[in-house]
Amino acid sequence: MANLLSNIFGTSPVRPLEKHVDIAYRCTRKLAPFFEAVVAGDWDKASAVRNDIYELEHKADNLKKEIRLHLPKSLFMPVPREDLLELLLVQDKMANRTKDVSGLVLGRHMAIPEAIAENFLIFVQRNIDAAKQARKSVRELDELFTTGFRGAEVTLVSSLIEELDRIETDTDDRQAELRAELFAIEDGLAPVDVIFLYRVIELTGEIADMAERVGRRLELLLSH
Amino acid sequence: MEAQFVYIGLAAAFGVFMAWGIGSNDVANAMATSVGSKVLTIKQAILVAASFEFLGAVLAGGEVTSTIRKSIVDASLLSDTPELLIYGMLSSLLAAGTWLLIASRNGWPVSTTHSIVGAIVGFAAVGIGVDAVSWNKVGTIVISWVVSPLTAGFIAFLIFASVQRLILRQEDPLAKAKRYVPVYIFLAAFTITLVTIHKGLKHVGLDVDLRDSYLLAIGLSLAIALIGAYAIQRIKPSPKIEKKQHFYTVERVFGVLMIVTACSMAFAHGSNDVANAIGPLAAVFSIAQTGLITAESATPPWVLLLGGVGIVIGLATYGRHVIATVGEKITQLTPSRGFAAELAAATTIVIASGTGIPVSTTHTLVGAVLGVGLARGIEAIDLRVVGRIFVSWVVTIPAGAFLAIVFFNIFKIVLP
Repeated sequence: MANLLSNIFGTSPVRPLEKHVDIAYRCTRKLAPFFEAVVAGDWDKASAVRNDIYELEHKADNLKKEIRLHLPKSLFMPVPREDLLELLLVQDKMANRTKDVSGLVLGRHMAIPEAIAENFLIFVQRNIDAAKQARKSVRELDELFTTGFRGAEVTLVSSLIEELDRIETDTDDRQAELRAELFAIEDGLAPVDVIFLYRVIELTGEIADMAERVGRRLELLLSH
Repeated sequence: MEAQFVYIGLAAAFGVFMAWGIGSNDVANAMATSVGSKVLTIKQAILVAASFEFLGAVLAGGEVTSTIRKSIVDASLLSDTPELLIYGMLSSLLAAGTWLLIASRNGWPVSTTHSIVGAIVGFAAVGIGVDAVSWNKVGTIVISWVVSPLTAGFIAFLIFASVQRLILRQEDPLAKAKRYVPVYIFLAAFTITLVTIHKGLKHVGLDVDLRDSYLLAIGLSLAIALIGAYAIQRIKPSPKIEKKQHFYTVERVFGVLMIVTACSMAFAHGSNDVANAIGPLAAVFSIAQTGLITAESATPPWVLLLGGVGIVIGLATYGRHVIATVGEKITQLTPSRGFAAELAAATTIVIASGTGIPVSTTHTLVGAVLGVGLARGIEAIDLRVVGRIFVSWVVTIPAGAFLAIVFFNIFKIVLP
């Protein structure tokens, strides 16, 4: 039986958005064991982790579609629907980039040169950190809705986003260093491999970029 | 003599039918807010509803009952044919009850008040004559149907905005909640008790003057607020759950407040909507007994009791399912929001009851929920559904009227 009072409330996107960022983060987190396996040359392990990444990315994708389906234009919300959809989109891109980079590396069985391997793994970890901080920020979404996007909670989220920005700047710096290190040794490597190594570094760095954009989107919500 | 028993018997049966409809749908809507926010279990909600609906009907329902009973139809035109009024009231009860049943089956959001008023106006205007309707009174009632959701929305907006400012947006919301929630409890109790004492008690034979009613209301409300404050002090934060949901304990404090507003809501509903079932019943009873339309007999207690019993049966049979389904779907209405909506709606309804105006509980509650939403309190409101409510609002009146006219003509032929 349909009922008047209950139907007034649309499906709230808040909890699903928090769940989505959690899945996206868990997807990016898999890059650490993935690249460790790659550096160790263990392609069976890498391939297994890659399957996990695929699965999580797929899960995030499905949830994204479901959230969109339940956000009709007739919903009246404290913040614009478009902003929430944009937030969802950039959250999803963190998982997409993870899938892209792992697919590329596995597909070409790319070895990470020993000279940059250590720094590269740290760089990957920092990108995962950025995604984690993005998750931490988005997880405050329900509290933001509770307070109506004002007051102490906003200050808290702002500081979370500041930290996210710091992590993202750090990944940028490391990315530049990593490219310089690769440049120094690129003469000794196969040219095609070099081109794709630059591509791998770039794609990985985009995870932090997307995390930062999650922060920007959240900030937009705060200013309403 | 025999005809009188038939009339009274039929009226009692139809009255219980109507009350059953109210209990299975309307009351359930009013109580679902508390169940949805997990403040009350379904059993507790039914208990609260049963007792406070009854109190509301007896203590504060007199004015509305008398409006339904004798203010909508201009009875002086019917002094020669009192049986017409009896047929009319019987058909109104049956029409409104039937319409409620149809609507509930199809999930249409309708108001018990709109259907009974529509039915009474329908039989009077078509069955007797356009002049038989007190259009002034009907005009006031219809205007109140627009005004009451707006008022409730406005009050809810103010209440929730104050909650955000004083509690939710502060550095330490829990400490602030513990400080301010007892004040809200006092306010909730005060409005309800004051209106009841001031407007309702003379119907049960007690006459309290203005100063005494204020003192009595303040005293009662202070006592309730103190009990509430004691319950709140005993709530201890649970850091484990709070890590995930920062406002968990704060909402539990609001939960105490919501018990009070849930009682207020049931009371308010009883004071206004029970009259929809017992008003016509009381009219039939007094005419059948005295044979006179203008008789100034008081509403007999057993009539009230019958209305109360019908509502409780409706709640227990059908209403509990409605409470469960609605409650599951309105989790967005956490105690901090639910209380604001309930308090605003209850205040509006009780004031309307005090002035004898039958308003729609459900629509007033909807207005209050929208008010909380406008204060950015609700995550998502579906405006399409709000639109549909407005449509059903309009449709119910002619539907009730049409059914009443049909039944009225049947009764004129069938009944002695």
